[in-house]
Amino acid sequence: MSQLETTIPAATDFMPHSRSARPGKLAWLLIAVVVLYAAFLLGGPLVAVIGGAFASGAGALWRELTSAAALNALWLTLLMAVAATVINTLFGLCIAWVLARDKFKGKSFINSIVDLPFAVSPVIAGFMLILLFGRNGWFASWLEAANLKIVFALPGMLLATIFVSLPFVVREIVPVLIHLGEEQEHAAYTLGASYWQTFWHITLPNIQWGLLYGVTLTFARALGEFGAVLVVSGSVSRLTETATLFIFRSLDDRNEVGANAMALVLALISFSILLAMEYYKKHTRRIG
Amino acid sequence: MSASAIHLKALQSATVCPWGKWSLRAIAVLYLSLILLLPLAAMLQHGFSNGLAAFLNDVTNPLAWGALKLTLTAAIAMTVINTLMGTLTAYVLVRYEFFGRRLLNSIIDLPFAIPTLVAGVMLVVLYGPQRTLGAWLEAHGVQVIFATPGIVMALLFVTYPFVIRTVQPVLMEIDRTEEEAAWTLGASEWKTFLHIILPAIRPAMMTGALLCFARALGEFGSIVIVAGNIPGRTLTAPVYIFGQIESQNQHGASAVSLLLLVLSFALMFAVDWLQRRKGVTHVAA
Repeated sequence: MSQLETTIPAATDFMPHSRSARPGKLAWLLIAVVVLYAAFLLGGPLVAVIGGAFASGAGALWRELTSAAALNALWLTLLMAVAATVINTLFGLCIAWVLARDKFKGKSFINSIVDLPFAVSPVIAGFMLILLFGRNGWFASWLEAANLKIVFALPGMLLATIFVSLPFVVREIVPVLIHLGEEQEHAAYTLGASYWQTFWHITLPNIQWGLLYGVTLTFARALGEFGAVLVVSGSVSRLTETATLFIFRSLDDRNEVGANAMALVLALISFSILLAMEYYKKHTRRIG
Repeated sequence: MSASAIHLKALQSATVCPWGKWSLRAIAVLYLSLILLLPLAAMLQHGFSNGLAAFLNDVTNPLAWGALKLTLTAAIAMTVINTLMGTLTAYVLVRYEFFGRRLLNSIIDLPFAIPTLVAGVMLVVLYGPQRTLGAWLEAHGVQVIFATPGIVMALLFVTYPFVIRTVQPVLMEIDRTEEEAAWTLGASEWKTFLHIILPAIRPAMMTGALLCFARALGEFGSIVIVAGNIPGRTLTAPVYIFGQIESQNQHGASAVSLLLLVLSFALMFAVDWLQRRKGVTHVAA
């Protein structure tokens, strides 16, 4: 502080130190560093994968993407992602409502449990499912008796996808519900509306942008899941191959064009998801 | 509690049927138990089923131990870089107007949207030994892919948004008059940052750093592509676990998994504690 006092400028120096005059050489240097870093970290790889996909020409790219294996993988990925998103949205809404509106013992425990998938490596998530449903797993004999196959089959892959994408809807909706308050809902109840009517006509319209944001995040995560699905799928047949597994196998088979082509498709989908999220953000800002 | 709040309470208990509430609560608890707790229980049971000696033996086997050490080293290196660059990025985004600022602000979330496996493929395409850039770097003695720098690079990509998105909202809320007071007293921009801004954003930086670190401990998709997975040299803990599962050594896998889980849980609790203490806004990972 004493150092500051010794360098107090004369009163006449006061004006040039206003905010607008400050961003000088240093500001431009900082901006340049940040922009270059982002370009190096994010832009470089993005450009590279586009180049890599077109390396053998657009014809080869098209042939790889329209091969039976690639189309099958894309279709399965879409199916998985949609199923996981629908399930996690329905249950996520329920969990979010309970966390935001209900009061009971153990609620804070539930609140911390929801974040579990963020703390668990996808590989470990897949491994947990094997320990439950695998050959020596907890439910092995039961599954065998019922002639059901979960691990190394589609149900296990769906469970893995659900596991890793569970928190997003809950985490997006809870703050919106809390911020929204309960007054409108109570008004509806006193006017004789049922739970369902109140939710459909009062709560849902108010949380729709937050919900869309959460749903989109869930979908993006489900679409790109790799580690958990890889462990659970056992990569046995091409029938249980999602887009990310397709990339992994293509790299193993030294089919770089195929891997890069599929990577480009997933990158483009992620890009559109990002654009959608930007759009929602604008809306939530306008409302909230 | 105000009179109107009490009134609302009375209204609620009078008008809302308790069955709806109870069934929603039951559904939420049941779903979370089945999807999250049951698998976790299986993991814990399996990890400890062979006793402590076997657990220690599995964790300290040279390959497992090396993988854990590499994971921690790479995560620490990444966290230091990302905390610095993330804070700088947040500062520039909040404080300066420049061409492309909005584009930069939206592109920062890209790693959240892009599958990590795709991030790995991108890095291999860019820095792989057969590529122009990769070949040039190799000729100058720098190996990125199939080496530790590639692992750190993949982690940097995957966790780039965390620090930015935790620091940004706090920076926006800082009272500008304090900074202006410091300036008018003749403090340089650096001094203002050090004495006014840094103390205010430090908890947010810590939160972002811990989130980065926790995320890095479990990262698999990008690393399995980039690292080459050479045992003892570029094999990280999650990739090690994957290898053990594939080769049917479930106990080796569950021992290392347990250790990673305990570490990540501790980190998540630390984040939770920091947020509760300082009221830092929560960022969904």
